[in-house]
Formats: sequence, C-alpha cells, structure tokens
Amino acid sequence: MDIAVFTLAEQLILTLAALMLFTSFLLLAQTRLLTLIHIFALQGGLLCATTLLIAFTYGRHHLLISAAITLGLKVFFIPIQLQKLVTHLDIKREVEVVGHPSLIMLGGAALVLFSYYAVLPIRELSMLATRNTIAVSLAIILLGMLLIISRRKAVVQVVGFMCMENGLMFAAISATHGMPMVVELGVALDVLVAAILFGIFFFQIRTEFGSLDVDKLNRLKEVD
Amino acid sequence: MNAWILAIVQTVLLLLIAPLLSGWVKWVKCKMQCRRGPMPWQPYRDLAKLMRKEVVLAEHASPLFRATPYLVFSVTVLACSVVPAFTIGLPTAAIADVIVLVGFFALGRFFLSLAGMDIGTAFGGMGASREVTISSLAEPAMLLSIFTLSMTFASTNLNNMVHFTLTEPFQIHPSFIFSGLSLLLVATAECGRIPIDNPATHLELTMVHEAMILEYSGRHLALLEWASMLKMLIFGVLITNLFIPWGIALTSGFVPFSVGALSMMAKLMGIGALLAVSESVLAKMRLFRAPEFLSLAFILSLLGMLSHVVLEVH
Repeated sequence: MDIAVFTLAEQLILTLAALMLFTSFLLLAQTRLLTLIHIFALQGGLLCATTLLIAFTYGRHHLLISAAITLGLKVFFIPIQLQKLVTHLDIKREVEVVGHPSLIMLGGAALVLFSYYAVLPIRELSMLATRNTIAVSLAIILLGMLLIISRRKAVVQVVGFMCMENGLMFAAISATHGMPMVVELGVALDVLVAAILFGIFFFQIRTEFGSLDVDKLNRLKEVD
Repeated sequence: MNAWILAIVQTVLLLLIAPLLSGWVKWVKCKMQCRRGPMPWQPYRDLAKLMRKEVVLAEHASPLFRATPYLVFSVTVLACSVVPAFTIGLPTAAIADVIVLVGFFALGRFFLSLAGMDIGTAFGGMGASREVTISSLAEPAMLLSIFTLSMTFASTNLNNMVHFTLTEPFQIHPSFIFSGLSLLLVATAECGRIPIDNPATHLELTMVHEAMILEYSGRHLALLEWASMLKMLIFGVLITNLFIPWGIALTSGFVPFSVGALSMMAKLMGIGALLAVSESVLAKMRLFRAPEFLSLAFILSLLGMLSHVVLEVH
C-alpha cells in the first residue's frame, strides 16, 4: 500500500488536508451565516493544527509564529469580528438561497479533480513527502472562488476570500514548509486590513442600498 | 467441517442478538429523554407474541404477499452469514463479497415494496414508492464508499478487507474518515432511522418502512420486524468491523471466538448508543429533504474516493 511509506505524522498531515477540504465543502453547503462563520473558524483551527504539526515534526520553529498568527487571526479575531458584524447588521437568521445545492457540490468535486490534474506536473518539483497536498490546497482556493461566485450575500463572499487565503497558506506550509517570515507577516497584515475594510464596506453598502445583496449593486441608481 | 459449525454458530448468535440491539437503542433513547422505557429484551417478548398470533390476510392477497416475509427474512439471514462479525476466515465469506451484500439488501427491498403494493391500499403503495426513492439515492453513496475501501484493500471480499487492516501496521487513511461518515449516513437511511424515517410512529404522513408492512400481522409481521432488526445489526457490524476491526478472532478456536463475540457486543453497544444519541438530538426531516441528506452522503463518499486518489496514491 502506498500510504504505508509515510510516517504517522505525515499521514496525520494528509488527514488534516482532507479535513480542510471537507470544511471547504461544508462552507459551500451551509446556508446559515453564523454556522458558516463557525465552519470558517474551524478551518482556521485545522490550518493552525497543520502548522503546529509540521513545526514540531520537522523542527521548523519559525512556523510556530505563523501558527500563532493563524490562531489569533483566523480562529479568533476575524470570525468574532464577522460574527459581531452579522449580529449588528441583524442578518443572523437570514437563510441564504443557493441556486442548486447539489449541482454546486458536484461542481466542487469537479474542481477537486481539475486541480489534481493541473497540479500533477508541479508535484514533481517538490521532494517532500507531503507534496500530494498541493492539489488539495489548489482545490481549497478554487472552492473559495466557487463560494464567492455562487452566493449573493457580501458576508459570504468575504468568507470565501478568506477561505482562498487559507488554501494559499496551507499550500505554503505543507508543500514548502512555510514562506519567508516577511511574506507571511505581510499576508497576515493584508488579511487583517481586508477584514476591517470589508466591515466598513458592509456598513456603507447597507446604508446605500439597504441590503447586503450584491446583485443589487449592478443596478444603476439615479442621482437627483 | 469445524469452520462450518463456527459459521452456523455465528449466524445463529447474530440472529439472536439482533432484537437485543434494537431494544438497547430504544432503552438508551428512553434514558436520555428521562423516561423509564421498556427493558432491552422487550423486542423478544414482542416477537414471541406476534409469533403466537393468528395471521390475518386480505381477501385479495396474492401468493407473493404470503411469500415475501419468508423471502425477506431468509435473504437477510444469508446476508448476516456473510459479514465477518466474531471471527474471520469462515467458509461463508466466499458466498458473497460486499457488492453482492448490497445486492441482497436490494433483493429484499424489491420484494418488500412489491408486497407493499400487492394489497392495493394507499399506504402500501405510498410506502413502497418512498422506500424505493430513498434507497435509489442511498445505494450510489454506499457503493461509492465501498469502492473507496476496496481500492485501498485491493479486494471486495469482506474477510480480506478486515484481515488487511489487522495485519498491516497501523495507518491513518484520510479516505476512511469520509467513507465511514458516508456509510453512517447511508445506514441511518437504509435502516429507516430518525433523520429519514421514524420507526416508532405510525403517523401516515411520515412513515416509510412501517407503511409497507402495515397490512402484515402475526408471524409474517414478526419475521419482517426481525429482518429489519437484523438489517440494522448487519449495518452495525459492517461499519464497526470495517473501520475498527480490533478484537475480531483471527484464528479458529473457542477462546478467540468468544473474545471476538464479546468485543463485537461491546462495539455494537457503542454504536447503538451513538445511534440513540443522534436520534435524541436530531429531528426527523421532511421527506423532500431526504435527497439533500443523501446527496451529502454521496458527496462524502465522493470526497473519500478523491482523497484516496489525490492523497494516498503516490
């Protein structure tokens, strides 16, 4: 059997990768905003666990800082911020209508297949045992994009954006054992700023259009 | 010859503990809801009572209606003899692999739904059409997760599958998590448990399995009830032994066999308690949401297969 060539820690990393992919699918299937945010926090938690595992298994101690940033930002700060926003805007109980849930899920599965084939040549470049996870991270990024285009509510689109970023981080950590610290800090700061800016935008969109439905942004407004 | 005796003993034992499992689930459920509840061995009394009762047949019942309980029961017993429960290496394992096992269930269901429509009451036909709808959605998910498992084990024989897990060094397979979850969802649908069907009520709007057997009475009803308890037991054995096979006897002999039997009982108690908990916290779904539930099972099994191909194959 092929998986037997990996050590137990590597098998655990692969399992965490599969679980992250699963949370992406859960995000796609979820129609309630608060649960969506909780699943996003769970995905952040899985990312943090992967980072910790790699840091300890391979002795890459600079990854501990990255894990701490992930824990602070993606498990606590951004979800709590989004949750506050949702409570404040009073869209907690809103059940979002997705077009055809099963079709979107099948599309997601097709994306996973696509990313598997797209990544096959890239996989050859890496010498690490966990290089199989590159396909999964690409799939997470694409699933985040699918989440953005298949939903109408602005909050979900922010979650989709963050999910894409999770996929990027996961690729960096599992395939190359982390990016340079400067890049990582920069990305973290970007996400932080994006989260805050999105919050401000939500309020603006809300006061301007009376709804967070982005379809309504297409309509031209007459200025008196 | 010895192995055949073991096989018969195992099948008979499984037949005998099937009502106990169903009673145990009911008992745990009652305890969780702070009710006194019937004792776990109540199903035996019910079955004995039904066996003694007279059979009442509808005027227009065809021979098919009379034959169905015996057919369904014997097919389920045959399926029960195939699963490796207490020990592996039994000669009965050669009868059928896991795909034929799914076929056995389909055969039983086919006759049950025919019998449901045979009398011509509204409920029978309604129950039959619902049952067929649900199972046609559940079967692809079940087969897909089984294919994932057999891709890993390089075999579709249940005996070889269990033997493989026990003899190889311990490995974590990401695909097994998904296949296991998917099989759990499929099992709740196939056994008619709570998110899909409520076995405790005869409310005409919601019942599926009960609607099909509404016209049966006496020993016919007893056999059908027993078959459905046995089906739940088979799913329990299948799920626990495919994913947590430790404890099952690898060699023949009295001591390993009893150890296997005891560990199997413990595993069944565990999974029964899990079922009771999930039935207490979940509400029954509307019938039209069942496809969503089963498409989740299908997506899970599809993910299992994808993660096998993407992550586990080098």
